[in-house]
Amino acid sequence: MSKVDIDALDPEAKAALLKRLDQGFAKTVPHNLALGLRIVDLDATGCVAELPYDAKLVGNPDTGVLHGGAITALIDATCGAAIFLAMGEPVRIATLDLRIDYLKPATPGRAVRCHAVCYKRTRSVAFARATADVGDANDPIASATGSFMIFAGQTIKMDVLSPVEEGES
Amino acid sequence: MSDVHDFMPLLQRARASGDLEELVRVVPYSSFLGLEMHVEGDRLVGTLPFLESNIGNYSIPALHGGATGAFLESVAVFELLYRSDTATLPKVINISIEYLRTARAKDMFSRAELIQRSRRVATVRAVAFQDDEAHPVAAATVHLLLVSPEELHRD
Repeated sequence: MSKVDIDALDPEAKAALLKRLDQGFAKTVPHNLALGLRIVDLDATGCVAELPYDAKLVGNPDTGVLHGGAITALIDATCGAAIFLAMGEPVRIATLDLRIDYLKPATPGRAVRCHAVCYKRTRSVAFARATADVGDANDPIASATGSFMIFAGQTIKMDVLSPVEEGES
Repeated sequence: MSDVHDFMPLLQRARASGDLEELVRVVPYSSFLGLEMHVEGDRLVGTLPFLESNIGNYSIPALHGGATGAFLESVAVFELLYRSDTATLPKVINISIEYLRTARAKDMFSRAELIQRSRRVATVRAVAFQDDEAHPVAAATVHLLLVSPEELHRD
């Protein structure tokens, strides 16, 4: 399989793909579920996931700002989903490294959205970058870049990207 | 917010008693992650007890890269707090995480080292391991901004 061409999908097929990707992402990954992470959008370049604000995820009790760890998980997971999309199938991947710059604190009470793009993949390695914001994509709270090992042939038993078949939506 | 924590008395109590529980629990996310910090000799050791909610991949099974990164960041922050007299939590400027081997579905441990500290910024290196400290699972370099209580609410 190759990269999923999001722009070539009709709205129903795209909605079905988003739903399946989100279900695989949110329901089969316990840490994503615990954080409440959801995939909320797909586009030709990658995907967008959201971390809802939750008092249990606060890193600084005096400001109410979310802990960087929750943002790290959001970014890592969204990059993974973007790579699945770029690969066209949920092959096993493993994060090699991840670098996150915190540009400004996440506004307390606001959900954080992460847009991740897999901008290059080779046979063994995928490269992704991501930004996170609290509503204004032009004013990100974090910027990240990561590299991921690809274990080709080790498809995950996760029925995430198979939904784009004819007659299914 | 009116109820601003003064970390100094917390730090002083932690150093005197060797019990960091009170300090760690001031950060709500520590409890979400399951983080524990202990004093061993003159060093701090962080423990991430295995929790199903920290799994990232069921089929291996392996811990989530986000949970591992969060653990390293937390241990780095508490290392800096423990080693310095700061009244507030530092802000993370950036974190660079290296994932060295699969973090298995079991307890993880970490030690951090304060590499450099100036008036405004500190560099801390944290390393995590599971079975054998000589074979680390992950490592992170964290740059932290030291802030005064007045600066806490600024960008």
